[in-house]
Amino acid sequence: MTENTNTNNQLTDFHRQKNKEEMKRNVISFAMMIVSTIIAFAVVASGVMDRVFAIFLLFILAVAQVAFQFFYFMHMKEKGHAMPAVMIVAGTWAAFLTTFGLIAAVWW
Amino acid sequence: MSQDQILNPKSLPNSPEKATLEGKNKFLGLWFFLGGETVLFASLFGSFVALRNSTAGGPSSEELFGLELVFLMTVMLLTSSLTSVYAMYHMKNHDFKKMQLWLGITGLLGIGFLGLEIYEFTHYITEYGFTFRSSAFGSAFYSLVGFHGGHVTFGIVWLIAIMVRNARRGLNLYNAPKFNTFSLYWHYIDVVWVFVFTVVYLMGKVG
Repeated sequence: MTENTNTNNQLTDFHRQKNKEEMKRNVISFAMMIVSTIIAFAVVASGVMDRVFAIFLLFILAVAQVAFQFFYFMHMKEKGHAMPAVMIVAGTWAAFLTTFGLIAAVWW
Repeated sequence: MSQDQILNPKSLPNSPEKATLEGKNKFLGLWFFLGGETVLFASLFGSFVALRNSTAGGPSSEELFGLELVFLMTVMLLTSSLTSVYAMYHMKNHDFKKMQLWLGITGLLGIGFLGLEIYEFTHYITEYGFTFRSSAFGSAFYSLVGFHGGHVTFGIVWLIAIMVRNARRGLNLYNAPKFNTFSLYWHYIDVVWVFVFTVVYLMGKVG
């Protein structure tokens, strides 16, 4: 190991600590995702909310959960993710047009 | 970087998954693919939302769906997303055995999810006579949810292939990008499932 300590891209205690903190943040995001899933199912199972408001809330919860997935689990919050962001934003834009087009074509 | 460093896990760089040009290319290529997948699933979602009330006198989504099973499936897939984060955490710490262990758990959860989905489909077909051909709603439902299930199946096959193929190699700069690419794909499967359970099951129950 001693001959390795003088290279600068080795796995050091600093990096181990950083990985550990990153893992802790990921476990917290997992907890948030589980909570938003439980809220979404509870809203529908209890049937306390009226239809339009329930659907609106379900969408907010879904988008929040997906944001955790992308930014934390898939590391999009980190540096060097400009191209992934371009791909996903472009994909989402095309997805929006596609769903909108299909739904509009059938409803009107 | 010498050949020695590539083969010796004690001297792997910090982020072995992106240390090589091939690793960087795989990373970009997978994100490009995911952008395309977004559009593919969007067209399936769009058709489903447009056709979900065209039941042709067959059972509607309120009568069919049971929230308990879907909740269990959701928790399993979400947990498998976390276990693959654990696997990548151990990869970044160059711990091959623990990475394989967590990937194995991820695979088992994925197989569990798939088992429940197969049970769900057979239940609809045998108890309700609700098939791919029974209505426009049926076609849209089985295309969308089945396509997602197909992605899960592909993911499990992919995972088993890279786990078995690299079992005796240990972690190196050649296979680290492969594991990382799989984990990104697996997270994306869960992203799609979030919209499936929201749009298909929960909105189906709300009406």
